[in-house]
Amino acid sequence: MGRTLAEKVWDAHVVRQVDGEPDLIYIDLHLVHEVTSPQAFDGLRLAGRGVRRPELTVATEDHNVPTDALTISDPVSLRQVETLRSNCQEFGIPLYSMGNASQGIVHVIGPQLGVTQPGMTIVCGDSHTSTHGAFGALAFGIGTSEVEHVLATQTLPLARPRTMAVTVEGRLQPGVSSKDLVLALIAQVGTGGGQGHVVEYRGEAVRALSMESRMTVCNMSIEWGARAGMIAPDETTYAYLSGRPHAPQGPDWAAAVAAWERLHTDQDARYDKEVFLDASAVTPFVTWGTNPGQGVALDAAVPDPAALPAGGERDAALRALAYMGLTPGTPMREIAVDTVFLGSCTNGRMEDLRAAADVVRGRRVAKGVRALVVPGSMLVKLQAEQEGLDTVFREAGFDWRNAGCSMCLGMNPDTLAPGERSASTSNRNFEGRQGRGGRTHLVSPEVAAATAITGRLSAPADLQEV
Amino acid sequence: MDAFSTHVGRAVPLRRSDVDTDQIIPSDWLKRVERTGFGAGLFSEWREDPAFVLNQEQYAGASVLVAGENFGTGSSREHAVWALQDHGFRVVVSERFADIFRGNSLKGGLLPVQLPAGEVEALMSLVESDPSTLVTVDLAARTLQAGDLVAAFPLDDFTQWRLLQGLDDIALTLLQDEDISAYEVKRPARMPSTRPVA
Ligand code: SF4
Repeated sequence: MGRTLAEKVWDAHVVRQVDGEPDLIYIDLHLVHEVTSPQAFDGLRLAGRGVRRPELTVATEDHNVPTDALTISDPVSLRQVETLRSNCQEFGIPLYSMGNASQGIVHVIGPQLGVTQPGMTIVCGDSHTSTHGAFGALAFGIGTSEVEHVLATQTLPLARPRTMAVTVEGRLQPGVSSKDLVLALIAQVGTGGGQGHVVEYRGEAVRALSMESRMTVCNMSIEWGARAGMIAPDETTYAYLSGRPHAPQGPDWAAAVAAWERLHTDQDARYDKEVFLDASAVTPFVTWGTNPGQGVALDAAVPDPAALPAGGERDAALRALAYMGLTPGTPMREIAVDTVFLGSCTNGRMEDLRAAADVVRGRRVAKGVRALVVPGSMLVKLQAEQEGLDTVFREAGFDWRNAGCSMCLGMNPDTLAPGERSASTSNRNFEGRQGRGGRTHLVSPEVAAATAITGRLSAPADLQEV
Repeated sequence: MDAFSTHVGRAVPLRRSDVDTDQIIPSDWLKRVERTGFGAGLFSEWREDPAFVLNQEQYAGASVLVAGENFGTGSSREHAVWALQDHGFRVVVSERFADIFRGNSLKGGLLPVQLPAGEVEALMSLVESDPSTLVTVDLAARTLQAGDLVAAFPLDDFTQWRLLQGLDDIALTLLQDEDISAYEVKRPARMPSTRPVA
């Protein structure tokens, strides 16, 4: 029988297979950042172990760095970043520090450097490692004990995951982005819908997506519980990779493409589970609750928990509405926000910034709204500046920042105050995610931009002509 | 890691589903570079409410957490496991665990006990009505027992063995060094290195 994409990548990385034990899987790329690594390096030192393959490992500073300065004033954050610096120095791991042109969010810099390639196994102590699956890599988040394990052995003992397909037929309508698509998908399948599975996104609508839009979709895989998300590589993938600093060159390129061409699911392969979605039915989508599955079309209203079946789901909706300060039946478009955050590893790349700038150009941020753009990497920032996007945003009244995770998780000074409400292009609307008591609505870059202009959840189509 | 065999303790009912890692340990706690001291951060925002179940005196000292489905959803932070352990938990019971959380727990010796919805509900009701109920989790038998409830939970043989022995995964893998080296020899030379390119 044929094999799925995930199975092909898995099989190519089995170091050791013994009945009754997890497979030992080789890891091609290990991405490291300051938050989930210090205890792993300590563990190595305690056991007197080294890093097996520092040249398959790369580190960056992203989670807790400030984005309005190149120095860290918070002593606790500084200590963590300095710990990463000394660990990388001690173990010979390449590191992109604040101020370096290649510094940025770990999931933005991997693809940008070209170290993320089809068919690889990629791990990072961060759940959104699923982003890299957009290249046809098997990429997943791991905990700190596993970080230590990979540092020491370049492998992980893993149980073979089940596979799942999400087939998206049709085409997205103009003005609808891949973020809307994935938010609509999560609302349909629920936050646990992908648990235990590696999911492959396929179908006409997925093939039509740009590389950056594919990354947005794969990024959110973890938000519906999937272990990883993957998309088979194709011409779009090769075009993105070609010429990147770490992409194969010369004869290696041809050999690589020949190998990548085989990375697709065979006709007669079987998935353990399948989901279908019609892209043409998707419209701008926003969340109302405190998990990414609690979302509705922007055209809709805050749902009524009383309409949900009694039990866990209704209780969760009631608690979410209380936390979010929302009343059932309120049209989503009437919800006013205090803050708009454009950034994160979900939507902090060039395409996202361009789409938002197109909406913002010639307009002004609504009075009383704080709006900030945090590019996903310093290279994204630089390129946006070359295209004049920083001017577009600044003139509209946005803050223009350096690269980092920033308000996606509120570890740096960019946070919501209790009760403050944001429209955010990030990936999690959990209670307190963007700051204690903060209320988050997840949106696409286009919706974020339009919302900044009107001060209420809006789509670009809602704006007056300029 | 300490070996796990049988654990007996009281339980605390956390009647919430989709308990995410940002609630278990909020991100301000993640700046620490140590592995210890996270107990004070456990559910720190919810604990500001005096009525929150972990603040109730009758549940003080409980070592088994009984929660709604999809426990541990969200980020990969192992700090969530460290916080639960530091607070004194040895076992978490839920109908369903997020994959990464489950993996992290099994690495650190916090036992995730997955039970069908009906049995989680039975256990939850039991400890709500009688907080002094003793819960016995027997890893060798893969069973949980409390009052009249006896429930079997799934766990693969290998992980069970590793937990019973308290074995360090890394040491086990290092025994396979020859296999790893043999694999490395076969890896295509074109695979990317992270060394900065000039
Ligand atoms: S941007 Fe947000 S989701 Fe992405 S790596 Fe940073 S904190 Fe995690």
